[in-house]
Amino acid sequence: MNAGEITTPKLGVQAATKVYHTASGDLLALDRCSLDVRANEIVSIVGPSGCGKTTLLWSMSGLHSLTGGEIRLDGIKITGPHPDIGIVFQEANLLPWRNLDANIRFPFEIKGEKPDRAWIAHLLNRVGLDGFGGKFPRELSGGMQQRAAIVRALALKPSVLLMDEPFGALDSFTREEMNRLVEEIWLDTKTTIVFITHSIEEAIFLSDRVVVLSARPGRVAKEYRVPFPRPRSLEIMATKEVFDLTNRIKMDIVGERTRPKPAERTSAEIVRIRP
Amino acid sequence: MSDAIPEFSKSKSGAKSGDGKDVSLTNLSAFASGPGIKSGKEVAAIIAVAVIIIGGIELALRLFHVPLYIMPPPSSIAYALFDEFPLIAPHLGYTLVELVSGFAIGAAVGLVLAAVITQFPFAEKIVAPYILLLVTTPMLALVPLLILRFGFGYTPRIIAVALAAGPMVMINAATGFRRVDSAKIALARSYGASTLQIFWKIRAPMALPMILVGLMIGAIFGLLTAVGAEMVGGGFGLGNRLTTYSSMIQMPQFFAVVLILSTLGILIYVLFFLIGKKWASWEA
Repeated sequence: MNAGEITTPKLGVQAATKVYHTASGDLLALDRCSLDVRANEIVSIVGPSGCGKTTLLWSMSGLHSLTGGEIRLDGIKITGPHPDIGIVFQEANLLPWRNLDANIRFPFEIKGEKPDRAWIAHLLNRVGLDGFGGKFPRELSGGMQQRAAIVRALALKPSVLLMDEPFGALDSFTREEMNRLVEEIWLDTKTTIVFITHSIEEAIFLSDRVVVLSARPGRVAKEYRVPFPRPRSLEIMATKEVFDLTNRIKMDIVGERTRPKPAERTSAEIVRIRP
Repeated sequence: MSDAIPEFSKSKSGAKSGDGKDVSLTNLSAFASGPGIKSGKEVAAIIAVAVIIIGGIELALRLFHVPLYIMPPPSSIAYALFDEFPLIAPHLGYTLVELVSGFAIGAAVGLVLAAVITQFPFAEKIVAPYILLLVTTPMLALVPLLILRFGFGYTPRIIAVALAAGPMVMINAATGFRRVDSAKIALARSYGASTLQIFWKIRAPMALPMILVGLMIGAIFGLLTAVGAEMVGGGFGLGNRLTTYSSMIQMPQFFAVVLILSTLGILIYVLFFLIGKKWASWEA
């Protein structure tokens, strides 16, 4: 990461504000949340549940529009789904009526493009799914499904990969394996990754930076650099530095959870929000 | 602005606007259970039981000298089936014409209406009671009226079959189309899918199992209605044969027709079961 890259972040979140209009009143999910993600960086976002992590990620992906603020990709404002952004969803989100090959072909079908067979074969080999192309999602384990989802997300060669608690449903061993896989893929492609997780260990293992979001409404509360060189081994997870860092982040999140609700906002847009 | 809060509940197939008022008559387990692949032993047992039951009935009827007009023995039914088949076959054809054309019309209209109406939840809520009325009213009740208007030909029967099958297909297909999985739609949208692409690549395949259930129920209701309409009036069709044979107290022939009808019903079930197994087995 040289100095030149600081000028334009790969993904720049500027005062992102998101209000959901629900039957039981308006809900302020994100409140002037600002965050820069540099190119080739892995940034994890952690925070108390319901703090707007997923909202932030969906807004980055262009799937959700923001109520206020903006998100820029390479300096250009995101207004809708962008071909340069890939998403890995919670619980793999494969289409159960399609086999693995057809699932990975899906993005190309939507775009009306020819699948890049060599690249897909490379990715499948990378994640260890060679020869599983004819299998249906229900025939695969959770870890394998999520690997397929990663291949699907990377098949279009996005420059940013958004991962929304991708391994939350996996057991801890599979999760560690997947974490290493993500790092390997990152070393291979240097794709910028924004990673949402509940697991602080996972965040530390994977990230260059860990961002702690505040309790709802979400905004960036703290930010930690993770200085360990790559490739990282699982042994670093047993070091005192990681232990301390984990605890500090944990205390941040606990603190956020118990923090009293902020006073009424003054901004015109937010005044009408009923807590 | 109108985005929904992203949620990933485990019950993804929940009908969002249904409010528990789903009126699907059966569920997807229809594809899970039913005639699966059976081992040789099971087949042998099934045949043995059939032989015992049919043989037992035959024996009992002959032993107690049950008169033919009350219950003909299976052997005479089988004989009548072979003997009279050339005479019954054209009527089977007429019934099939009514069933297939009426079902095709009803199912097509039902499918299109279901696909359209589920796109507009508000309109759906308004239309729902009337669809329910169509589903629950036996369309046979309209046949005398239809005959008055359209005569004793195919027309009133085909209309009755369409009216019976259409709402069944529609109500089940609508349940299918309502199974919104926001994560899968988001996936398609993230690749820039159009509304039409989302319909064909996400909503339609997700709805397919329920559509097949609807088609199966619709076809069976169509068969019922076709036979019923034939019994009401007109000089052809299997239903007409039933009334004719019973009025002439030709019980073996009567039961031969009943046998053809139940075979038809089973074939409909097996057909949709196999289609479901091929195209919707991911559900079960």
